[in-house]
Amino acid sequence: MPRTENDIAIVGYAISPLVRRTEDTETLMMLPTVQGAIKSAGLTKDDIGFTVSGSCDYLSGQAFSFVSNVDAYGAWPPINESHVEMDGSFALYEAFVRLLQGDIDTAVAAGVGKNSNSDPSTLYTIEMDPYYLTPLGADPWSLHALQYQALLESGKATERDVAEVVARNRAAAKDNIHAQVSGDFDVDELLAADYIRQPLRRHDLPPTTDGCAAVVLARGKRAYDLCERPAWITGIDHRIEPHLPTLRDLTTSVSTTQAAKGAGAGDGPIEVAELHAPFSYQELILRESLGLDDQTLVNPSGGALAANPVMVTGIIRMIEAARQIMENGKRRTLAHTTSGPCLQQNLVAILEGDA
Amino acid sequence: MSHQPVAVVGVGQTHHKRRRGDVSIAGLVREAAERALEDAGMDWGDIDAVVLGKAPDLFEGVMKPEMFLADALGANGKPMFRVHTAGSVGGSTGIVGSHLVGAGRHKRVLSVAFEKQSEGNAQFALGGGKGGSIGAGGAFAPFIRAYIRRSGAPEDVGWKVAVKDRLNGAKNPYAHLKLADITIEKVKESPMMWDPLHFLESCPSSDGACAVVFTDEDGAKKAPNPPAWVLATAMKSEPSTFAGRDPVSPKGAHMCSQEIYDQVGITNPREQIDCAELYVPFSWYEPMWLEAHDIAARGEGWKMTDSGATALDGDFPVNMSGGVLSSNPIGASGLLRFAEAALQVRGMAGDHQVPDAKLAIAQAYGANAQFYAMWAVGSTQKPLG
Repeated sequence: MPRTENDIAIVGYAISPLVRRTEDTETLMMLPTVQGAIKSAGLTKDDIGFTVSGSCDYLSGQAFSFVSNVDAYGAWPPINESHVEMDGSFALYEAFVRLLQGDIDTAVAAGVGKNSNSDPSTLYTIEMDPYYLTPLGADPWSLHALQYQALLESGKATERDVAEVVARNRAAAKDNIHAQVSGDFDVDELLAADYIRQPLRRHDLPPTTDGCAAVVLARGKRAYDLCERPAWITGIDHRIEPHLPTLRDLTTSVSTTQAAKGAGAGDGPIEVAELHAPFSYQELILRESLGLDDQTLVNPSGGALAANPVMVTGIIRMIEAARQIMENGKRRTLAHTTSGPCLQQNLVAILEGDA
Repeated sequence: MSHQPVAVVGVGQTHHKRRRGDVSIAGLVREAAERALEDAGMDWGDIDAVVLGKAPDLFEGVMKPEMFLADALGANGKPMFRVHTAGSVGGSTGIVGSHLVGAGRHKRVLSVAFEKQSEGNAQFALGGGKGGSIGAGGAFAPFIRAYIRRSGAPEDVGWKVAVKDRLNGAKNPYAHLKLADITIEKVKESPMMWDPLHFLESCPSSDGACAVVFTDEDGAKKAPNPPAWVLATAMKSEPSTFAGRDPVSPKGAHMCSQEIYDQVGITNPREQIDCAELYVPFSWYEPMWLEAHDIAARGEGWKMTDSGATALDGDFPVNMSGGVLSSNPIGASGLLRFAEAALQVRGMAGDHQVPDAKLAIAQAYGANAQFYAMWAVGSTQKPLG
């Protein structure tokens, strides 16, 4: 299908080192990453029409943490800029909508997260309903153990299926220079490991990661000026579900199915899907909710089990799905992001390359 | 721009108070949203997407509260988006919502912004979550002193803004402060907070929320009340501090309004714009913004205040709602400005209505006076003919 001036593509990107702990601030992680993404598209900061980032005050441990990150953009003279308290993939969504206003044709979206500052088991309790759930100390390990247990009891998957997800992602991650966790693991040995919250084992959890990633978007013809093979975003949608896990069927992800429909995922075959499944068993729920079969290669990067810089993991999925088109000649790929407890909120994007 | 026309057809806000102990955070946002839906003649099921804005999560101590507010805002099964651009966030929340309609992504979008400051310690959070916060007044007072020295403005200009905005607020049923008996003398005699700012020249700390419903041209035709057309939007950011920046009259503020004027075709803001809601948390910001936004010449903004031009019955009314000086739920304050501008051009501003307002602008700013969000709204799509 010929592209129009309302078509928008990923034309450049950069990913910072993804590490257990960096001494750099968010701003220091962002500066080379944002400027690197801009450079990868052959642009300079003055060429960019709109800049937007995603980050979270509670991860960096201070209010207004994103304010100093403006220094990473070289925001002088003043720039068109925005910020979301969401994963960078949602920043990308705002940039996408901003480009559709029609007055600019390039944008940068970034995500940054300094996860090493906090203890996830205490931090994520305050992401819950403050009146009913936070006081219970409902931490992510407990909540996700409940979801995993529900999946087992539904008969849709076994612990062995889940261990195979871990082994496959870690093996795939051997080829990913950004992976923190990779290697060959024996499924029986994984199954012999102790539980931390039954049925969750330590290897079912994502690593703690500091990192940043940025993409450059271009609209219409401009994309071809900046990139030999742009990754066109032919569909993008996101949906949310009720907050209380008890109000949802945890063995499926309705909002993922809705977002995939909105993004037009079913309009053609999907060669590669990069799924944001920070807890191993979630990959199985997402595969089913997206209707993916064996024809689709899932998480060749190793996914969130290889590196999980919260607020960045989703936009990295977007980059990995775009790389399959820009660099590996694929025609149609899918990128997914999740947010909130037990897959509460999900974003799906479909990327396509020209024939 | 190639986007399609966007209309505001619903505006709602809470009664703002020091402490809204009668509602949870969810109850607070729902109160504003229900009023906006009622104004728009819509029900929850009519809304296609929800955009939520608020200032730092540390204010209430809830990380990413949009997750648990999805239920209260009827967002289940829909897209829900969370914006955070410091003090300008309320404005950004409106702009992002309007763009979703303008881009043709959705037909009806609900933007909601809130702050429930009584649930936490805003002063602590304003200091970045570290001890020893100087607060917003402490941060802005040096810029204000520099403005006074540059412009030679007499000291009573700030007091006049404080009185004017509180008298406007007394006409607004939703305002937190209703100080109908305020006088210049009372402002002057109130305790000095951050020289030259007295207590009564400072914004309150409020619980409150604001909601706006956006729709397209077709939706506007079906709306029960007159629409406000979103004529222009702009967001600008600049670094917090560096040697080349003028924090008294920031370049970002100037560029932001210029972009609005260019989109609407405004060449003489003072003459062509009927009224303005500007983010004035401390009295002196009224003349400072009048200058930064080229409504008055440099050094002349205080003369507009001094002459009464910015009063409700003046030739360029500013902060008809009572402004941030009368209600300040921080995350919502920007959207309250945007919403009041819309109410004015819809002719629905009640006792604080500017007669026959056809073109209004609204502004919000944030952090170290470095983030700007503005829009212009009109009673028609071409209020300048």
